[in-house]
Amino acid sequence: MPAFTPPPLPSDDKRWKIVNGTMRKNGFARYALIETLHTVQSSFGFLDDEAIRFVAQSLRVPLSQAYGVVTFYHYFNLKPPGKHTITVCTGTACYIKGSGKLLEAAEKRLGIVEGQTTGDGKISLMAARCVGACGRAPVVLADGELQGQMTGEQMAEQLERWIVE
Amino acid sequence: MTAEELEQIAQSTRAEYAKFDHEINVCMGTGCLSQHSDRLKDVLANEVTAQGKNAFVRRTGCMGLCAAGPLVLVDPEETLYQHVKASDAETVVKSLGGEPVAELECNLREHFEEQVHIVLENSGHIDPEKIDDYIARDGYKALLIALTEMTPAGVIHRITESRLRGRGGGGYPTGLKWSTVAKATGETKYVICNGDEGDPGAFMDRSVLESDPQRVIEGMAIAAYAVGASKGYVYVRAEYPLAVSRLTACLRDARRRGLLGNNICNTPFNFDVEIRLGAGAFVCGEETALIASIEGRRGTPRPRPPYPAVSGLWGKPTLINNVETFANIAPIIRNGGKWFASIGSERSKGTKVFALTGKIKNTGLVEVPMGIKLREIIETIGGGVPDGHTLKAVQTGGPSGGCIPANLLDIGVSYDALMAIGSIMGSGGMIVMDDTSCMVNVARFFMEFCMTESCGKCIPCRSGTAQMFTLLTRITDGTGTMEDLELLEDLCSTVKETSLCGLGQTAPNPVLSTLKYFRDEYIEHIVHKKCPAGVCPIKAPVTASVEVPA
Repeated sequence: MPAFTPPPLPSDDKRWKIVNGTMRKNGFARYALIETLHTVQSSFGFLDDEAIRFVAQSLRVPLSQAYGVVTFYHYFNLKPPGKHTITVCTGTACYIKGSGKLLEAAEKRLGIVEGQTTGDGKISLMAARCVGACGRAPVVLADGELQGQMTGEQMAEQLERWIVE
Repeated sequence: MTAEELEQIAQSTRAEYAKFDHEINVCMGTGCLSQHSDRLKDVLANEVTAQGKNAFVRRTGCMGLCAAGPLVLVDPEETLYQHVKASDAETVVKSLGGEPVAELECNLREHFEEQVHIVLENSGHIDPEKIDDYIARDGYKALLIALTEMTPAGVIHRITESRLRGRGGGGYPTGLKWSTVAKATGETKYVICNGDEGDPGAFMDRSVLESDPQRVIEGMAIAAYAVGASKGYVYVRAEYPLAVSRLTACLRDARRRGLLGNNICNTPFNFDVEIRLGAGAFVCGEETALIASIEGRRGTPRPRPPYPAVSGLWGKPTLINNVETFANIAPIIRNGGKWFASIGSERSKGTKVFALTGKIKNTGLVEVPMGIKLREIIETIGGGVPDGHTLKAVQTGGPSGGCIPANLLDIGVSYDALMAIGSIMGSGGMIVMDDTSCMVNVARFFMEFCMTESCGKCIPCRSGTAQMFTLLTRITDGTGTMEDLELLEDLCSTVKETSLCGLGQTAPNPVLSTLKYFRDEYIEHIVHKKCPAGVCPIKAPVTASVEVPA
């Protein structure tokens, strides 16, 4: 049986080498699928068709299975994130302390619902299950930076700053 | 590494710190970091140099009292400062050796005095990324004792004797689990640490992994020796980047010190650990789903038996324990099983770490002996409900647990007592709700969670949670009927009895427990179209219900 040759990198974008590195480290074993998808997302910000196809082929996983994994786990994004991302934590402690109102206010101001990005590609609005900073509830992540004891005004200010940018 | 070498590292590290008159510990857990305690640490260090003080500034893990962050602990005086800003650094450093800064002092004696720290004994006292700090506080002593003085059977005997039960929520006896894996036949076995803390409102595992990761690694190594495994995995949520980076650094250090790898401590024992990142699926906390996820597949559970102890990761015997369970192992080996069994209640031994949050004054992480009254946790340690509100319920066990009403606060916290009143111990989330929380809405919140997180493999869970969510939405909308309530109760028992895994089997718990203790709130929504707490968006117009005059 001829030895398996992984497919060529989709382009000469250096980030593909990082992705390939993860797979090589795991000997192109099928179990490295989730690890590799994590690398793709941390390198590119999201997973597009090209990336999923490339990873599936390289690991000899059926495309349907790879796509199944991508859509099963909430952490993976299929669409590119906006320039900025606001993530409202909707864990129980945050819910008790009014994160629902924060999310509602953000949806209203941005004119999108949770999981979407504004038409100009500027701001993505996400809801997190729980970021584990319950002691500081309600919590919002502004571009990944954790901000605790968030008020509606503070969040509105943050959004306005991004909108006029 | 030999026992002598370990002792030497411990002594030289202690001697190094003894050169300083003071140690300034700055909490750099997630809560305090979000308030820029990293910058605060730098400012404090600069201030120490500027004022020429003989003090050491240390980064530490979580000190527990997240609500009062950023926290700074000055040793050996044991002065705890709260809400410390960079502008306070000068005063704090100036006060060293003199009177403490009164306006910054945190005087919550009762918050700390009621607690017993075993799992958190090093949290807030060591630099989580310095293995020598851990060794200086008896770290890896237990592993050496196990490897050089005990047989695998002896280790299991000691864990059994301690009567430790799984801290992930199920409460399965740890010693029994270990001995099943040890007895399982097969050359290759695995040890997995479950750090997929999916319960929203809980952050114990995160805190332990961020504050004292070596303790978890040591616990895993001891477990591997006991059951005959040579490879371990820590499955941790990708949402916890700090925990992942600290754990990565700690694994590297442990390998360098020869505490992981081949021929650990000059014995034939080999063991190494790899990290596997979760990807945001609550169901992966279930052991068979977690195994599927490590294998790179969708995290769907499978029927048990066979249990992972017999056929787990890649079909090999696998031991899966929670982060907190592993964190208890080293102290048990060091101090003996009887010591551990002397703490706690009749059938629940040791301590439990809780993430105390919600409408409570002292939010944060607490570790209490099993059997402690719930009231003590809420009122003494937690400082009660703030802003003049009254306590309505305490939620434990997250989406699998239940709501405990205020009149049951005098129960002792143990696996069995909580189960008896319709809740569960769970992994340790404890969320306090006051009169501004609507219990029907809370039930709906958890049902939405379970509905979204259901993996879809079995029908009772996939459809049942969706149907229950619809019914609960109708009730909170004010469009529900008494028939809906009946149907809801019916569905609860069906889903509970027929779901494949723990997620579905426990999904009805929040509904059942709120129905048991707060049925009047459901009735209020349905019959009077009113939400007593004023939370629910009642849509239906108030119909002129004909009241028959008395």
